[in-house]
Order: sequence, then structure tokens, then C-alpha cells
Amino acid sequence: METVTGAGKVNFSFLEEVRKRSGENLGLCYQCLKCTAGCPTAPYMDIRPNNVVRMIQMGMKKEVLESSAIWLCVYCQTCGTRCPNEIHIGILMDALREMAMEEGIPAKEKNIHLFHEAFIQSVRRGGRAHEVTMLMDYVLRSKDMMADSLIPGVKLFLKGKFPLFPSFVKGKQEIKRIFEKCSKEK
Amino acid sequence: MRKLGVFICHCGVNIAGTVDVKSVAEKMAGTEDIAHSTDYIYMCSEPGQQIIREAVREKKLGGVVVACCSPNMHENTFRKAVKSQGLNPYLCEIANIREQCSWVHQKDKGEATRKAEEIIRATLEKVRRNESLEAIAVAIDRKVLVVGGGIAGITASLDLVEGGYKVILLERESALGGHMAQLSRTFPDFDPAFSGILSKASEVEKHPRIDLHCYSELEEAKGYVGNFELVIRKKATSVDGRKCTGCGLCVENCPVEYISEFERGMGLRKAMDTYYASSIPNKPAIDREHCRYFSDGSCHRCEEVCPEKAVDLKQEDGRIEEKVGAIVVATGYDLYPKEQLGEYGYGQIPDVIDGLAFERMLSPSGPTKGKILRPSDGKVPKEMVFIQCVASRDPDRYMPYCSRVCCMYTAKHAAIYKEQVPDGQPYIFYMDIRSDCKGYEEFLQKTVEEKGLLYLRGRVSRVFQDDGRVRVLGVDTLTGKMVEVAADMVVLATAMVPSRGVKDLAAKLRATVDRHGFLTEAHIKLYPVESSTKGIYLAGCGQSPKDISDTVSQASATASKIQALLSADKLLQDPLIAFVDEGICSGCGICVEICPYEAREMESRRGVSIVHSALCQGCGACIASCPNNACELRNGSSGQVLRMVDTFVA
Repeated sequence: METVTGAGKVNFSFLEEVRKRSGENLGLCYQCLKCTAGCPTAPYMDIRPNNVVRMIQMGMKKEVLESSAIWLCVYCQTCGTRCPNEIHIGILMDALREMAMEEGIPAKEKNIHLFHEAFIQSVRRGGRAHEVTMLMDYVLRSKDMMADSLIPGVKLFLKGKFPLFPSFVKGKQEIKRIFEKCSKEK
Repeated sequence: MRKLGVFICHCGVNIAGTVDVKSVAEKMAGTEDIAHSTDYIYMCSEPGQQIIREAVREKKLGGVVVACCSPNMHENTFRKAVKSQGLNPYLCEIANIREQCSWVHQKDKGEATRKAEEIIRATLEKVRRNESLEAIAVAIDRKVLVVGGGIAGITASLDLVEGGYKVILLERESALGGHMAQLSRTFPDFDPAFSGILSKASEVEKHPRIDLHCYSELEEAKGYVGNFELVIRKKATSVDGRKCTGCGLCVENCPVEYISEFERGMGLRKAMDTYYASSIPNKPAIDREHCRYFSDGSCHRCEEVCPEKAVDLKQEDGRIEEKVGAIVVATGYDLYPKEQLGEYGYGQIPDVIDGLAFERMLSPSGPTKGKILRPSDGKVPKEMVFIQCVASRDPDRYMPYCSRVCCMYTAKHAAIYKEQVPDGQPYIFYMDIRSDCKGYEEFLQKTVEEKGLLYLRGRVSRVFQDDGRVRVLGVDTLTGKMVEVAADMVVLATAMVPSRGVKDLAAKLRATVDRHGFLTEAHIKLYPVESSTKGIYLAGCGQSPKDISDTVSQASATASKIQALLSADKLLQDPLIAFVDEGICSGCGICVEICPYEAREMESRRGVSIVHSALCQGCGACIASCPNNACELRNGSSGQVLRMVDTFVA
């Protein structure tokens, strides 16, 4: 019989590791499902955000790091804002993505890490994301022509939601320093 | 001829929405002896009552019918209203046209209106022949019997004596304290339970107005509210309480040891012993079932060593007669018997214990002096499983109800365990977490946050022994995965059930119990501390499972209810009871046999049956069984009832 408790006990080391990396006190979760209820990408995830928390509590490291859920989170922070126990699942998902990359586990969603990469590079360049250059970067990296996103893209462009030229933040030097510091810490 | 008044209530739309109240009021006005007939939106409101009072006064009414809701709701209201105008309250009757008419016939307004008319006409027939009656005044005995010396009985007793009343407190065991004396620390504040209960118990022991009888049971109870007559059996302790100084020499020298019930099977006690160490009162008693003197006469050690000559092996059970005005039943609970919990290995696997046994383990005065050690080999358990809802919330096989304290005490157990064994891991299997009192939810979340408990949502399917460990098989329904924990020790939060012997006691007191044996209250919301038998009051887990806070609240509520009862000079009782036409009574005695309240008695001198007015509840059993129609009910005579039936069938 397959159980999550192979050795007759739950493996708490994964919970401890995630707790340290994310700083989130996951033990407090009482599964009210407020996070999943408000998550815009939960319907597309293979594991719902509340279940991600539960599976970490139960030591299911492999299942969690191999899931699409950790890559589909868009860090909108709805979960963390609403959580009655102050658990920020966005921060948690970030930590899980890092852990998956370190373990060499490929992202379950095709090209998604390239999308993340394009996003980060866009922020590095201007201090904030610029959609048009970011998407061009992504298309070049992935060779994904994003055919099904074309029509919504055009609509957004016509509404003026995609400015053609990037705008930069004032503190470009600070942005540079942040990136340097982060890569050093790694 | 009496002039009568009819008052029809709309009850908002409750009645008027279905019954054409205006037309009914008009039709009633046409009858010859009806001097007043009217309707109003809410008769029970102050302006509504004013309409009744004015009509009684101005039209000099000799009888009133109020057509409204059930008499349970407002009979008293309207009887008081007519009484204020000098009309005998028993000449006011309720015609129930809400529960028995408008509510049940909402789809047929025409028929509902016709039925309302008939109900009112029938009630008018009754009022035409009602007698003016006076409430029966009965003397009250101002003492109270409290059965049970746990926290419920102790609290009720102390509250009652503070109010100036006398209390007789009965405790089955040889010392006070009940289950609270077994507990370690209590939720939600980790307060030590033992010292808490002992300080209350010593107050009881010293109080001049509390007559404490330990090792005693209620043998007989007769009588009624205000006037109960009791027989108390004081079981022989074989120790003269007046001579005994509690030195403990007899206990030390007693050669017989057996498994202690107080220690939940984890410790030993002597045949001559106190109920628990430093008990209150601190006097030992001989358990004659285990004592060698009483089995074969071979041992007199205790008698020999006692410096005060207090041991009395020839002592016999005592019999005390008492009279009290009210009785508090505070008989408490037991945990579900382990013999019937096979799937949890309870009773077969030594390292599977119940919540109270774990309390004894955590208690500094317990068998392990407060250390958490496996019963099988005395090792410190590193993987610890707690299982909630064992035999609770299981209507098919065990108990359907929630035992209410287990969620909280399990969290407390796991927290104390983690305090003592920081490298240990507690697992808690649960169905739901119920933490519904002040500070409980916060307590629970705090223990989870600080102690790292793992809650697993799902019932355990099996507990079995394997390689020196206790394997617990279950499922975590939140991930849908099977879980198997190789535990060192398992604590079961077993269901609370009424303590043994409650059914017998309830029968003696003519109080009712539910199908599980919990005493039933008169009304779950409005009269939660009164039994449906007048003069019997409830406190603590004998009524339903509850924690210490709720038990203390209920015990205090009970005490203040009783103080209100006993503060009157006389008890007033409804006079709607049976009476006998002695000219017809043949003295056959059938009524005496059939009366459930012992209210009927043969008067041998005159050869007729009489009614004890204070005992009669007006149930009508004697009236139905009387072969000569010699018995009748006041204001409910056969003549009245037949005339009421006539109006319906005419």
C-alpha cells in the first residue's frame, strides 16, 4: 500500500526547508481555502495553492517541486492579502521555484522559465516590466509565436495598454545594485 | 348567566393571514351570553392587554376566551391581565387558533376560518362551566440535596450555602473532586486542575452549612418539589471518621494491592486506601471486595496498626433520613468503555490509552509523577498519535453526539507532550476542530504555531501492534493520501457517556433521561438547568458533555434557580388537579395503582380514595381509569369535555 509516510512517519525536513527559505509559517494553515478561492490561475494549476501548502506539511517534496502550480503563480498577492494566517503563497511559490531550479527539476509548463527569464531581464533593463520588449525577448528565446495570444494582444494594444516605448524608473543604479546583490547571494 | 368576552388576536399575519378574524369576531358577537367580541393585531402587547382589562372592568365579564397562539406562550399573560381586574384567572382560557389552525391550514382560508370559529365556540363551552379556583400553597423545606461531589456539585453547593441555605452533599466515592481531581492542567490557560479542585473541596469540607456524606448513595426519594423525603445509604468505610486522623499507617500496612480505577489502570491502590493521595476528606476506606478480612478473615493489619483504634471492621451501612426542598443531580460522566473499541486496539495494546489515563500520566501526583512514559516499557515516546472523535459522532456504532471537550484537551495534551519531549512529533487525527468558547480558538492556533503539531484530517481505520510499535493506519483527506504512522504511543479521545447508575438514580427521582442516559432538561433553551420533574435540577456532564467552564456556569445557574425557588414563603401550585366525589367512590383503589405521581391514597377509615393536592400533576390517568366516574379534573370535567366535543361534531 502506498502511503505518504513510508518510514512510518511524516518527513518534516521539506517543511522546515521551505519555512526557512520563504519565511512563511506554513504550520498555521487550517485549510480555509481562501487562497485558492481568490487565485486567478488556480483553475489552470495541477495542484491548488491550499493543497501546495498541505503537501509541504506532509513532506511531499517531489510532487510539489514537479508541479505546474509553482510555475503558474503570477504573484498577484491576492492569496497573501486575504490569508487569515498571514501566509504569503506568492513568496512561498517563489521559494519553491528556486528550489526546483536548484534541484534541476524542469518546469512542468513548457517554456515557462523562459517567460520568467524574459520578465526578469525586462525589469533589469528598466526597473519595471515593459510588455512589448519583454514579449519580443520571450518570442526570441522560446521560438513560441504565441498564436493564441495574438488577438487579446492586439486588443490590449489598441486600448493603449501596451506602450510602444519603454519608460524607465529613476533609480536605475539602485535596480542594478539589487540585481548584483541578488546574484551574489545566490 | 355569565357574561363572556372573546378576544381574537391577528398575531401579525400569523393568524390574520389565513383566518378571517373580523368575520369570526362579528359572528361571536351574535351569541347571547357574549358581551364583548373584538380583534386586535397583537393581543399580548400592552395595548392588547389593555383592551382585555377594560372590557372585563366595564362589561363586568364573568369569563374570557382569548383566541391566539398556544397556551404555552401566553396563557399566563392573559390570566394575569384578567386577575388585575378582579376576575378569577381560571375563568380565562386560550383558544389556540395559531398552531392548531392558521399555521396548518394556510392553503384553505375558508375552512381555516370555520375551524377557528369552532375552536372558539368549544372553548367558550369550557369557560361557561369553569370554576373559580385558587392556587394551592405548599410549605417548603429549605434544604437542598446535591448528588455528586465533582466540580459541578461542589460549585452548586458552595453557591447555595453562600445564599444562606443548607446543603446535603452526596458523593459515591470516599472523597470529593470527581474527574477534575484526575486532571493535570486545564485548557485554555494550563491552570493546574488538582490544586483548583482541592481548594474548593476543602471549602466544602469545612463549611458549617454543608452536610457532606462521602461513600454514600441515594437509596430512596419520595415527595415533590419543596418537600422531598430522602433515604441516604452511607456505605460502611470500616473506618470511624471521627477518630481517624488520616495518618496513613493503615494504608501503609495494608498488604492487598490492586489496579486503581482512579489511576485509569496505570497505578495500584490498597484495599485500605484513600480515593487519591491527599484527598479531601483525607480518610481511607476499605474496599470490601478486595480486603482479605472480608474474603477469608485472614488479615487484621489495619486494625492492629491504627493508633486511634479508628478501624471498625464490624461497621455496617448507615441509613439517614432527610427532608429537602430541591435536588441537584450533578452525577458527571464516564469515558466510553474500552472493551467495545476493538479497532483502536484499546484494551489489548498497552501503549494505547485514553485521555483520562494520559491526564493521570501528566499529573504530578499520578503514577509516573508527571512524566510521559510508555506503559509497556517505560520509554519516552518519540512519535505520538492522538485520535479524536473515538466513539463520538458515530451514530451507527457508538455515540451520535460530539463530546465537546476532546478537541481542546487533545490540543492541550499535544502541547504539553511537545513541551516535555521537544524532539518528539505529535500527530492528531481529527474530523473537525471545534473550539467554540472564549479563548479556545486562539489557544488552539497558538499551540499549532508554537509546538509544530501535525493535524491529519480523517478517521483512523486501524491500530495494531508491530515490532514493538503501534501502527496507526489512516488517511489525510486533505491530500487524499494514505497515512501510516509507526507510533510509540496512542492517546484516544474517547466519548463521554453518563456515569454508571444514573438511570437508576433518575428513576428514583422520577426524572427523565434521553436514550443515551443523559438527564433531560425541561427545555433545551429556556429551561436548561431544570429537569422536567419539578424540584429536580441539573448541573454538569450528567446533562450533556461539557467542559469545566460550562459546568461551573451551569452549576451556578442551578444554584440561583434553587435560591429563587426556596426564597418564597410558600410554593404555589396549579389547582387544575383531580378531585373525588366521595359519594360515588367505591374505594376500589384502581386510581391508587395507576397514579404515576403517588398522589392517590386510600383513606381506610372512610373507604374512599383521596388526592394529595401537592403531588397531583393533573395528568388524568385516574380519571380515565375510574370505573364509577367518581374522579374528575378541575376545570376539565367530563361534562365540559363532552360539550366541547359536541360543538365540533354538531
